[in-house]
Amino acid sequence: MGSSGFQVLKDNVRALPRNLRESILGEGVPKSDRGRSRAVFANLFLHIHPTRVHARTLKFTQTFGLGMISAFLMGILTLTGVLLMVYYKPSTALAYDSIKDLRYVVPAGRLLRNVHRWAAHLMVAAVILHMVRVFYAACYKKKRAMNWLVGVGLFGLTLGLSFTGYLLPWDQLGYWATKIGANLAASPREVTDALGITAIFDPGGIMRTFLLGATEVGQEALTRFYLLHVVVLPAVLTILMAVHFWRIRKDGGLARPDGPTPAGKGAAPIGTEPNAPEAAPNKTYGLMAVVKDKTPATDLDPADTVPSWPYLLRYELLLLMGTVLLCLVLGLLFDAPLKNPANAMVPENPAKAPWYFLGLQEIVSYSAFMGGVAIPTLVILALASIPYIDREKEDAGVYFASKRSLRVAIQTAIFALVSSAMAVGIPVTFGWIRDWSPDIPQLVITLINPGTLLVLAFAIWSIVVVWRTRSTRLGAIAVFTSYIVGFLVLTYVGTYLRGPNWDFFWSRSSWPLH
Amino acid sequence: MSDELGREAKPRREFLGIAGVAAAGLAALGATASSLRSLMPKALPEPTQQFKIGSADEFPPGTDRAVPDRMVLVMSRPEGLAVVSLVCTHLGCIVQVNDDGFACPCHGSEFDGEGRVKTGPAPRALRWLALSRSPDGAVVVDASVEVDPGTYQQV
Repeated sequence: MGSSGFQVLKDNVRALPRNLRESILGEGVPKSDRGRSRAVFANLFLHIHPTRVHARTLKFTQTFGLGMISAFLMGILTLTGVLLMVYYKPSTALAYDSIKDLRYVVPAGRLLRNVHRWAAHLMVAAVILHMVRVFYAACYKKKRAMNWLVGVGLFGLTLGLSFTGYLLPWDQLGYWATKIGANLAASPREVTDALGITAIFDPGGIMRTFLLGATEVGQEALTRFYLLHVVVLPAVLTILMAVHFWRIRKDGGLARPDGPTPAGKGAAPIGTEPNAPEAAPNKTYGLMAVVKDKTPATDLDPADTVPSWPYLLRYELLLLMGTVLLCLVLGLLFDAPLKNPANAMVPENPAKAPWYFLGLQEIVSYSAFMGGVAIPTLVILALASIPYIDREKEDAGVYFASKRSLRVAIQTAIFALVSSAMAVGIPVTFGWIRDWSPDIPQLVITLINPGTLLVLAFAIWSIVVVWRTRSTRLGAIAVFTSYIVGFLVLTYVGTYLRGPNWDFFWSRSSWPLH
Repeated sequence: MSDELGREAKPRREFLGIAGVAAAGLAALGATASSLRSLMPKALPEPTQQFKIGSADEFPPGTDRAVPDRMVLVMSRPEGLAVVSLVCTHLGCIVQVNDDGFACPCHGSEFDGEGRVKTGPAPRALRWLALSRSPDGAVVVDASVEVDPGTYQQV
């Protein structure tokens, strides 16, 4: 009796470590292309990747890694955010002190908060740049239209997360930014008041109550902003992010021109890695079942693609390390600001929003409703409708596929630069309607202001471009380029040229002392 | 399946399916609406709208004095008292009192000495508030009631 029950038990216990390892890790680190492909395919955490990826996708200038960097920043923000939540107390009496504790008492708390803050700023920048990249490479066409829409939604959520996070330290900066933001939500009253219908129809008041849970920024508002910041918006953002990634895969990977990639243009040497001889795959496919196009392009595959493992994974790891490094360096060098505790009686002077909202603050300084509600809504709608207005066929994944598109972009940039500078310069130099004729009705002053005229100029310019070139793609380039340049100019003005009382100053050194 | 006019009749099963989905949709809509309703409380916490600023003797005619924690400016004239709200009518910042009137630090609105808009994005004049006298002789401001700008009230 060689194998008694006891012997079986002993063997199994002895084999336990190996069996445990095998049950979790499978056959271990795969040594062949096919094995690695199978690992990417079968592993929950890797299967977001295709098993093979087009060589073009890995070319850095093709994407600048902006989408991935945005996602990694979201990851960094989630991790640092959860750690910050350990100490943060969402109460008007305790919030400020808990931020102080994070800075002076909690080990590495100061770095945590700095990294969180820098990652948030970087994420806004990365998301904007990602949108710019996708637009100029015409990657929003046809079936990708839906993913462009999801992207616009993600952009809005990113800004919403930044804005709701701003209030949480309960310092002067956050308090006044939130007060202004909440009153912007209430600014449709500017129009309903002028029409005298606020008593029966008050969308502004309803929106402000939704946001603040009160008429003033207080504990209710802090609770609501905290919930939005740590639960609601991250949850929605995560779901939309999953949809965004899923659509990329379903739309055939990153957009690229049709046809084979010219030899030598790929990112990685192809087909050079040693391939261990292996048994045939245990599944067979009918060719027509896996090839989606009209003709199976049998001679191109896998010549233009490389295995995701190691090429794509290595590229991602590199981007992740770069992103983390940047956040760490910025967090070590520059502290996140913390002003005096919130004081409802004394606003900061100047009271400035974070940089990405300063362009908005500039047009808000012409009219609350038009600058803070109407124009942003219009711009978001225009951005969202781009893939549905422009249905032209164009090589995707190529920047400025035609010479004309680069020319239109440059002409539009110059036009937008001049007109935005005029929109700021004319009121600063000559004043505006109320200075010329004080008795004009408020509704006229609300509707006709430098901000609305600027958007109107952009719209007319874009229509002229479509009319003259007969190309909706060039029209879309005109719309998008003018918005981006306008945003940059107004952000610059709001950041560097506005001082106390939102007065115009050529440099910060000429701000009045007081 | 079509009737004598050639119209396609909806099979009963399809109708029941649509009815089922519609019922579920309506229920979801109602649940969402009532959940959203919970975000709008029936009473909003807000600072008291009526407050005392001291007796009228404390404001000799010809002087202006701000009451910072109530965010108002008390202007005393021989013909009476006036209390002007210092909350900017643009986006709610607190305006600063200067020699020419009032200036807002946030978006650059400027108002004259009576609170009328001189320049900037403010859509309307600063609010002049109603006054009354309490039995103990103190001046009571009611921030929820406005009076016409330029009205000096005898308290």
